[in-house]
Amino acid sequence: MTNAMKLIEVKGLKKNFGELGVLKGIDEVIYKGEVVSIIGASGSGKSTFLRCLNRLEEPSEGTILFEGVDITDKKVNIDKHRQKIGMVFQHFNVFPHLTVLDNITITPILEKKMKKEEAEAKAMTLLEMIGLADKAHEFPRKLSGGQKQRLAIVRALAMEPDVMLFDEPTSALDPEMVKEVLEVIKKLAEEGMTCVIVTHEMAFAKQISNRVLFIDEGIVKESGSPEDVFDHPKDPRLVEFLSKVL
Amino acid sequence: MYAKIWANLVLLVSKYYKQFFIGILGTLKISAISVIFGTLLGTLIAVGKLSKSKVLNSILNFYTDFIRGTPLLLQLFFFYLFFPDIIGVDWSKQTCILVALCINSSAYVSEIIRAGIQAVDSGQKEAAKSLGMSDRNMMIKIILPQAVKNILPAIGNELIMMVKETSLCSTFFLPDVMTTTKALQTSLYMTVEPLIIAGLIYFVLTSLLSKCVGLLEKRLSVSD
Ligand SMILES: Nc1ncnc2c1ncn2[C@@H]1O[C@H](COP(=O)(O)OP(=O)(O)OP(=O)(O)O)[C@@H](O)[C@H]1O
Ligand SMILES: [Mg+2]
Repeated sequence: MTNAMKLIEVKGLKKNFGELGVLKGIDEVIYKGEVVSIIGASGSGKSTFLRCLNRLEEPSEGTILFEGVDITDKKVNIDKHRQKIGMVFQHFNVFPHLTVLDNITITPILEKKMKKEEAEAKAMTLLEMIGLADKAHEFPRKLSGGQKQRLAIVRALAMEPDVMLFDEPTSALDPEMVKEVLEVIKKLAEEGMTCVIVTHEMAFAKQISNRVLFIDEGIVKESGSPEDVFDHPKDPRLVEFLSKVL
Repeated sequence: MYAKIWANLVLLVSKYYKQFFIGILGTLKISAISVIFGTLLGTLIAVGKLSKSKVLNSILNFYTDFIRGTPLLLQLFFFYLFFPDIIGVDWSKQTCILVALCINSSAYVSEIIRAGIQAVDSGQKEAAKSLGMSDRNMMIKIILPQAVKNILPAIGNELIMMVKETSLCSTFFLPDVMTTTKALQTSLYMTVEPLIIAGLIYFVLTSLLSKCVGLLEKRLSVSD
């Protein structure tokens, strides 16, 4: 991967919430086309790390280069960069007052000045991809959890991001809906989308990732291929964590 | 005694219904003006309160705390007696009272709007931000349309409060139900009868408005 393009480069990232130090110095590179899973105990700072990458949380210290630009610089227009960084949340956060179609088209129309027809045509293609084309004019309250999450994924894709961040995308779903969402993520990954996925689905992480990061005590305690991390863990805390979740 | 009261009530309703009707219109007009301008001003104040400026925040918080923490009657007296001189305008006393009502209403409405906006799930804001939406578009297209559901019924309740509160205006002879009542008490040498009618009028007005607010609430909550 050494010759691959660095998409996100995190240097010395620290994040405190008041007295509480959550991230204590993270250096990490996400390369283009990589699928990186982040695992770790509850409260270890996985979400915080992910949310720092698009500055939903302001880092306390350190820099984050996205496509070579330091986005922790207060002078950059963070909105423009966020358009290239898709994010999917645990609780979907679809817009309940907009139809399925409008959920997808609103940001391209507003922020990319895309023509309505073009945005809608693109959105329909995306909806067909996830099998929700027939729901285009429904409101999200008519959708199941799995459908809402698939909608949230294509809403982010409509901005044509260079990377997708997933924060426990299946944790809030009923078990029978987990698969349909994971399928979509898997398809994206196979098509070459760079993905950073915080997940408790260890089997999925093992299957889909190029690399797995174990976050513990505010740092990346161990990182490596899924085989290294899951089958030959070195760090005792990782061994303990895996014994609990596997 | 009851027979006399009954006779007087019948007389009031049959002969003086026009005066009461004018009073009702006056009450509705004054309340509506207060709440409409109070809402316009209150929106601006709410936007200021949600801004990041600490100075602006504390000024506006003091403004709303002060107005909500002092009696309306006192505010009315203040505006009635001093406002034109302080501002240096030549407004009629009635206008001054209306301004006082609007300002009073703005303090309450600004809190309603601020609370309504803050009640929108924070995930909505995060989703909009993560898509790269500007703060402005996020507010106008995502947050406000959802906040309206919380805000509109509360403003309806504010209107109901105002219908009752404006009775204080009779102290300053603004034409409303209470002013009509007082005038009839004096001119007809009646005490309790006009009050009974006024009480019924206020009760019917607020009940009807409550019904409307209830219906509005139902309509708005359909989108959940
Ligand atoms: N906005 C905040 N203010 C204060 N503390 C916070 C905030 N967000 C997170 N924390 C704290 O930071 C720590 C890390 O939280 P974070 O959500 O990143 O953990 P996580 O690894 O994603 O956990 P989980 O697996 O439960 O989602 C926790 O102790 C949490 O309470
Ligand atoms: Mg989390």
